[in-house]
Amino acid sequence: MIERHPFWQLLLARMREFAREPEVLFWVFGFPILLAVGLGIAFRNKPAERVAVGVLESPGCESLLKKLQSAEGFDVERVPPDAAAARLRLGKVALIVVAGDPPEYRFDPTRPDSLLARGRVDDVLQKAAGRADVYVARETTVSDPGARYIDFLIPGLLGMNIMSGGMWGVGYAIVDMRSRRLLKRLIATPMRRSHFLGALMTSRVLLVFAEMLLLLFFGWLVFDMRLQGSLASVALLSTLGAFVFAGLGLLVGSRAKKVESVSGLMNLVMLPMFVFSGVFFSSDRFPAAIQPAVKALPLTALNDALRAVILEGEGLGTQLPRIGILCAWGLVSFVLASRLFRWN
Amino acid sequence: MKAAIRCRALHKTYPAKPPVEAVRGLDLEVREGECFGLLGPNGAGKTTTVEILEGLVEPSSGEVEVLGRSWKNDERALRERIGLTLQETRFADKLRVDETLTLFASFYPTGRPVEELLAAVSLAEKRSSWVVNLSGGQRQRLAVACALVGDPELVFLDEPTTGLDPQSRRQLWEILRELRARGRTIVLTTHYMDEAEKLCDRVAIVDQGRIIAQGSPAELIRSLGGDHVVEFALEGGAAVPEHYLALPSVRTARAEGDAILLTVSEPHVAIPALLATVTREGGTLSRLTTRHASLEDVFVALTGRHLRDD
Repeated sequence: MIERHPFWQLLLARMREFAREPEVLFWVFGFPILLAVGLGIAFRNKPAERVAVGVLESPGCESLLKKLQSAEGFDVERVPPDAAAARLRLGKVALIVVAGDPPEYRFDPTRPDSLLARGRVDDVLQKAAGRADVYVARETTVSDPGARYIDFLIPGLLGMNIMSGGMWGVGYAIVDMRSRRLLKRLIATPMRRSHFLGALMTSRVLLVFAEMLLLLFFGWLVFDMRLQGSLASVALLSTLGAFVFAGLGLLVGSRAKKVESVSGLMNLVMLPMFVFSGVFFSSDRFPAAIQPAVKALPLTALNDALRAVILEGEGLGTQLPRIGILCAWGLVSFVLASRLFRWN
Repeated sequence: MKAAIRCRALHKTYPAKPPVEAVRGLDLEVREGECFGLLGPNGAGKTTTVEILEGLVEPSSGEVEVLGRSWKNDERALRERIGLTLQETRFADKLRVDETLTLFASFYPTGRPVEELLAAVSLAEKRSSWVVNLSGGQRQRLAVACALVGDPELVFLDEPTTGLDPQSRRQLWEILRELRARGRTIVLTTHYMDEAEKLCDRVAIVDQGRIIAQGSPAELIRSLGGDHVVEFALEGGAAVPEHYLALPSVRTARAEGDAILLTVSEPHVAIPALLATVTREGGTLSRLTTRHASLEDVFVALTGRHLRDD
């Protein structure tokens, strides 16, 4: 009977414990979704911005006001002479226009919005004064799903979750059981250690699958994100990632007796990867000198491979070097963990 | 009668500076079907000893034979035939009682049905509770149920009643008596002398990593030379215990605080003689009590210390 099998019972116990821990559920499923929503909104591609322009109150300012108000994309206001400097300094307007022949522009040339305002205001006023364009350029605007920040972010969040899930779900869980003397109690039964570790790994893979589907579905539903490569490739990479970081979690948790000490150790291992491995921004931003080290991190390899499949539609064949890096980390972690591991 | 456990010249030294000699030359034989108690103060080496017998700690030297087998060659087979509780195990907080038991049951090829065990340890009503919501006594009974789930021939219980309230202790004693009635061999450690006296067929008194006395509780108490203890104190104190050794039927005498304790075979002979002596010497008794001798008295007689310092 399968439900009497120790492997099944151990797996069931892991999954039950997981499902009954609301905090853990939040960190695994809620947190990445919230991050995606928050960052997706903050860095969304906005429509072209309107430019705030002030016109200095003076004789002849009326016609200037009219010309700017009839043009597209300006918020024009009339500014009394004594308030002009303050409006500009506080950023309420990007540019002050003073009527005259020729008109005068007051602005801060280090502010990008001021430069934009100067260019657009000048364009309108020159045209009104009779300048004719020599040609009208063809415009092609680009905002494809796949090139936006949210598209970059979702695979990174998936990678990050695979890492922290593996570390917490295995490393922390093991040390918690050791500190409860539950590990010792378990090995005092005829339980096979391979069943125990196998169930722990399997629970990780199942959870990673759920996370992967959730994030991809969410990206599609809310941000119209498209999966360019095959789902099977993403699933295989996620599974590999789940094993690698479960191995790293096992290694980190192989000796520690207290959950406090393993928490510190895990943060020590994970923090560099949060920063360097391209979760929130591209790891290419780091100097060329440290790129080899950055590329050798398991999370960098996982994130890069996930992005290549999800965003660029690559197959696994082109990702073999990254898969190799992941396998190497996994192998080293498991070998070391099996040497160092303490059951009691 | 066959031996369930036999060990000889057991030593265990933990590496430290200086090295900790937890067990220093311990010989032991537990018979099949008996309840055997390791009695001793905290730090005497009881837990190290049982964990060696349970195959969880490797001895530095010495031989151990459990159910006729050795841990080195037959670990798996032995694990299927023994059950145990550790001194403290905190099971997964958010698994239910019956789920925890079913998990442990899955490790054994045969065993007792979960429902039967829940009834045996009086947890049937709590079967759907999460472990985190159980009281101390209920958790300990769950631990015992996990020890029994494979229907073991030999059960080890390390301090099964430490920290429990009196009612929970009695409930556990009842479970152990039933177990013994089923013909199972039980090895338990305790620092409660009343527990050892009530439950155990034979007791080994352990102190500083060695067995200092072994036998049935009655035998050990008899070895004091008298079953009774007469305890008295004089006003003004300052009495010498040896002074009373000459009284009829007094076997031993010792001082404890301001009191003198005499072990006595016949209190009805000793007490009148004691009263006469005190009166003749012009003293006044401030206290006089008499009680049955206990294993505690045996321990004090052997070591000069009490089992529990508190």
